[in-house]
Amino acid sequence: MFTAKRVADKKDWLSGRDHDWEIIIGLEVHAQVASKSKLFSGAATEYGAEPNTQVSLVDAAMPGMLPVVNEFCIEQAVRTGLGLNAQINLYSRFDRKNYFYPDLPQGYQISQFEFPIVGEGEIEIEPEGGEAVIVGIERLHLEQDAGKSIHDLSPDDTFVDLNRSGVCLMEIVSKPDMRSPEEASAYVEKVRGIVRALGTCDGDMEKGNLRADVNVSVRKPGGDLGTRCEIKNVNSMRFIRQAINYEARRQIDILEAGGEIDQETRLFDNAKGETRTMRSKEDAHDYRYFPDPDLLPINITQEFVDGIKANLPELPDARKARFVVDYGIPEYDARILTADKAKGDFYERLAKGRDAKIAANWMMGDLFGALNKASINLDDSPVNSDALGELLDLIGDKTISGKIAKDVFEKMFAGEGGANEIVEREGLKQVTDTGAIEKMVQDVIDANADQAAKVADNPRLVGFFVGQVMKASGGKANPQAVNEILRKKLGL
Amino acid sequence: MSEKNTGVTAKTVEKIARLSRLHVEPDRLAYLADEMNGLLAWIEQLGEVDVKGVEPMTSAVEMPAPLRKDEITDGGVRDKVLANAPKTESGYFVVPRSVE
Repeated sequence: MFTAKRVADKKDWLSGRDHDWEIIIGLEVHAQVASKSKLFSGAATEYGAEPNTQVSLVDAAMPGMLPVVNEFCIEQAVRTGLGLNAQINLYSRFDRKNYFYPDLPQGYQISQFEFPIVGEGEIEIEPEGGEAVIVGIERLHLEQDAGKSIHDLSPDDTFVDLNRSGVCLMEIVSKPDMRSPEEASAYVEKVRGIVRALGTCDGDMEKGNLRADVNVSVRKPGGDLGTRCEIKNVNSMRFIRQAINYEARRQIDILEAGGEIDQETRLFDNAKGETRTMRSKEDAHDYRYFPDPDLLPINITQEFVDGIKANLPELPDARKARFVVDYGIPEYDARILTADKAKGDFYERLAKGRDAKIAANWMMGDLFGALNKASINLDDSPVNSDALGELLDLIGDKTISGKIAKDVFEKMFAGEGGANEIVEREGLKQVTDTGAIEKMVQDVIDANADQAAKVADNPRLVGFFVGQVMKASGGKANPQAVNEILRKKLGL
Repeated sequence: MSEKNTGVTAKTVEKIARLSRLHVEPDRLAYLADEMNGLLAWIEQLGEVDVKGVEPMTSAVEMPAPLRKDEITDGGVRDKVLANAPKTESGYFVVPRSVE
């Protein structure tokens, strides 16, 4: 049974009228298995197809159609279980979860209830601005997705598309081990990083391929657990944090007004940033689970599990440790660069044969900054690793200064060409010709004779001269050369 | 028979009917509760069998599930899928609005 022993860090307590409150959070992450065909039928899973074109008669629940298990899905569940440091159950079974909804043609969802394929495990998360926390995994089970109901195509009707019906999901259930919105989103981030590294799910939250049900309750710090509410289908890290903040405050307000929390299912309204009732307790589902008589139990062998274990790719934690050792970057940088497989891969391509620290700084500073501002994913970045590498090489061989490089980067990001091309076209090459620099330095000294006279007493004035020369050169003069020549001419 | 098991009440029947989306006239609830209690009592006779140490049997076939490869072999039969639907539009099933 859940115990929730850990008390939240005091900074995460919410203030109340009579005493502080802490939030208890547990998450159910639904991760779509990256299979070509569905869990129980040979229909395709590809996103965005015309409605009802990727539906077999099995998925449409036509009478007499029988499900046959996709072995790839079983393998991906085991891989993911190993990535979550969890127990793999050699015997598992499918059960029917009964409920009625227009997008569930069978009238039941095939899921695993009593004997899931993966049991308890744990992962370490590193919430922004907090200490590392171990989060327990309760279980991972396989289940089929429902179809999709569309409510905005007609004012009176609901349109149903069954393309998603039968697609394989892994439901990863955490223990109620999280105590703040930041911990919850760090957990989802970590799970996403793991499934992406393993290749078992593409982790695309926008397409709904990874989404979370968030269980929230509040209690007096360290006190008895409160009644929880479940917020369904939250599909971004930001929404997860928003939903928890809103829901915790809502519950506190009710409790402080002397009310009670109804255990219910709520949905999060992205636009309004609030949660509202979806199903009340009165309608709470009584799922009447029972073993699916159409499916035999799943028996896998220890050799099968060991074979998968032997071929697991490098996981985010291991990659982070390697980045610190191999590239000599700080742990903080390594964590950000390995949170996601795409980031880690990009970084490794960029850092190869270059200054690894400069590569990390450029990626995390300029590139991530620009991507964030433009709301673009790294995968769709207008500047790829080769292009950014070309720019870093120009800094490395002193063709341009770091300062000019920032301008060049902006132009590259805006699609105005490659680094070399922009530097050539706009004549941004650093002036390293000492003769030319000497002339600029002399001109500046001549124009500021008063200041030049004071330099001997006040050496800090050199900075003023460096600035003036750089300005005169349009930022193109090599700063080191300017410094050396200035000092010589000013007699320092 | 029903005196042995009084677990099912008219209220239980009403709840089961709602979960199953079945319409049951109120004057039938007590009758059905009685029927169900009778069924349960009959099934409870199985409790007399000693099953100590016997694994629960969930299938009559003693073999693990046959598995299939992850290949696209089906789908693309929208006309068949939609054939029995009372209402369709643009390739979708159309049902009475399911949210407010």
